[in-house]
Amino acid sequence: MRTNREPRPYLNPYVAGTLLGVVLFLSFYVTGGGLGASAAMSRVQTGVLDVLAPGHVDRVAYFAEMAGGARNPWAHYAIYMLLGTVLGGFASGLVNRRVKLETRKGPRISVRARWGFALLGGVIMGYGARMARGCTSGQALSGGATLSVGSWTFALAIFASAYAASWFFRRLWT
Amino acid sequence: MAPFDIASSLGPVAYALVFVAIGFGFGAVLEMGGFGDTRKLAGQFYFQDMTVLRVMFTAIAVAAVLIALATSFGLLDMARVFVNPTYLWPGIVGGLIMGVGFVIGGFCPGTSLVAAATLKVDGIIFLLGALLGVGLFGETVGSFQGFWLSSYMGRFTLPDLLGLPVGATVLLVVAMALLLFWAGGIAQQYLGEKKPWAEVRREPTPGGIILAGALIGASLFLVVRGQPDPEARFARMGPDVRKSVEERAIFVDPAEVVALRKDIAVQVAILDLRDERDFNLFHVGGSRRATLPDLESPERLKTLLDQPPTTVTFLVGNGEAAAITAWRRLIAQGVPNLYVIDGGVNRWLERYPVDACVAERAGRVDGRDDPAWRFLYATGSTQPAAWPELSSSRSFRSPCAEPAVSHGDTHQARSWPVHAYTKRVKLKSKAAVKGGCG
Repeated sequence: MRTNREPRPYLNPYVAGTLLGVVLFLSFYVTGGGLGASAAMSRVQTGVLDVLAPGHVDRVAYFAEMAGGARNPWAHYAIYMLLGTVLGGFASGLVNRRVKLETRKGPRISVRARWGFALLGGVIMGYGARMARGCTSGQALSGGATLSVGSWTFALAIFASAYAASWFFRRLWT
Repeated sequence: MAPFDIASSLGPVAYALVFVAIGFGFGAVLEMGGFGDTRKLAGQFYFQDMTVLRVMFTAIAVAAVLIALATSFGLLDMARVFVNPTYLWPGIVGGLIMGVGFVIGGFCPGTSLVAAATLKVDGIIFLLGALLGVGLFGETVGSFQGFWLSSYMGRFTLPDLLGLPVGATVLLVVAMALLLFWAGGIAQQYLGEKKPWAEVRREPTPGGIILAGALIGASLFLVVRGQPDPEARFARMGPDVRKSVEERAIFVDPAEVVALRKDIAVQVAILDLRDERDFNLFHVGGSRRATLPDLESPERLKTLLDQPPTTVTFLVGNGEAAAITAWRRLIAQGVPNLYVIDGGVNRWLERYPVDACVAERAGRVDGRDDPAWRFLYATGSTQPAAWPELSSSRSFRSPCAEPAVSHGDTHQARSWPVHAYTKRVKLKSKAAVKGGCG
């Protein structure tokens, strides 16, 4: 028997995919651009760095482009979208009773190990996302829908690499 | 026509709210699909769960079909839609790095946001790691800038690569997605460990069959219907674009072209649409001969689209008719900062005449595409009139001068009268919204 506190089941993936496709289309239709997250992350990071070390931000070209001198890294559509993404995720989690302080992990590793690997994976992911000029949403999803060749080769690379790496990290997940 | 220029038509708050709303939909759908649960994401790579594959490729197929339908009906101007530029190798290397990060960290940047939003500690920590990672990239990219900017191919799409129409490419994408779903289901059944939180493979549901049928049907419809040609796309563009032709805002006086050629901040490119004979007889200095089909080839179009925002491109014919046609078609395909030289080469020669012993007047300067001067021999760009911005014409030898008896200077110094003109050229930079990768 299901109690009231139990989380609701996830959507059928094809239904979720269709909804995601519609959101993606609306984004292109209204703004001319797709979805994404990594550009906003880069701006958050640069914005924080700009508070801590503004001189350094001005000297590194990559940061200066976003926050050099009087430029405001926060007043940018990618930041607004990031805000919306967090709000949307939170709202859906609330409605479906999935907002809960917890750690999800594979069965064979400890919570602390999971945290360590999450941090490491995050660093690698962030680095790669900027190298590829976009993450899975900005490149693979948005570029995939607009049929960009670079986005498709990127998507292929990420899947191939993840499957190749999965054997080495199987202890984390199986 | 969409996409809308929301940056200038909306106030800053409404502008921000549009993106918050789109992000809200994005985050909510990711969460509902289960992307906040790292096990469902990493499970993809151990054949435990196919959610990533199913959601992603359904979304790509649905969005690709909707975009192609919208452009096919002239509701969406693809020229103003951001298409991720291809930097082939940095993209592949970045993808390879991210694949490893995905398996170690169990998220990608977007999904870690919704995981963090639903208070998954691993999501929050991953997010912090990703912030460190993007910072680390910013610190180090300077040392391999050459690679990061390498293998640039611009706006390069699968239809360009395959030489297929958009509709057929979308059909291929849909077919590939359905094939992947089928193969993924089988892989999950035979290779993956069963997990209580993972969805077990079922027979196709009626809903799934309807969705697959709708996607295939829509892409077949797209194959049959095709995409509008540039003329039709131009007809769909806003009234202000058509008005700019009627009000002659796109026609630039030869004197302004000359002034811009002297402007160090602006690059001037002149594309001469006349045939080779007319071009050899006389052309504006530095101009290049081009035919419309040539300019519309994917290669040439890409270079035109990729020009820096400081480049102005002028189209020129003998008169204006051919140049206007080319302007309409290229504007519909998104070429920025494109203008037509007012009155064409005929008006140019009226402004900056050549000597009587080189060419004689043969017709009127009325915008028609017949040459108004009859050249006695081919001068190319060797006439002073081809380079009016050069104040001294020392390098031009006047053909009309008597053969020199003296050893003195037979070069003519010529200075052109100064013409008043209305400034037409307004440099515009490209679309501001670049999706999530900007």
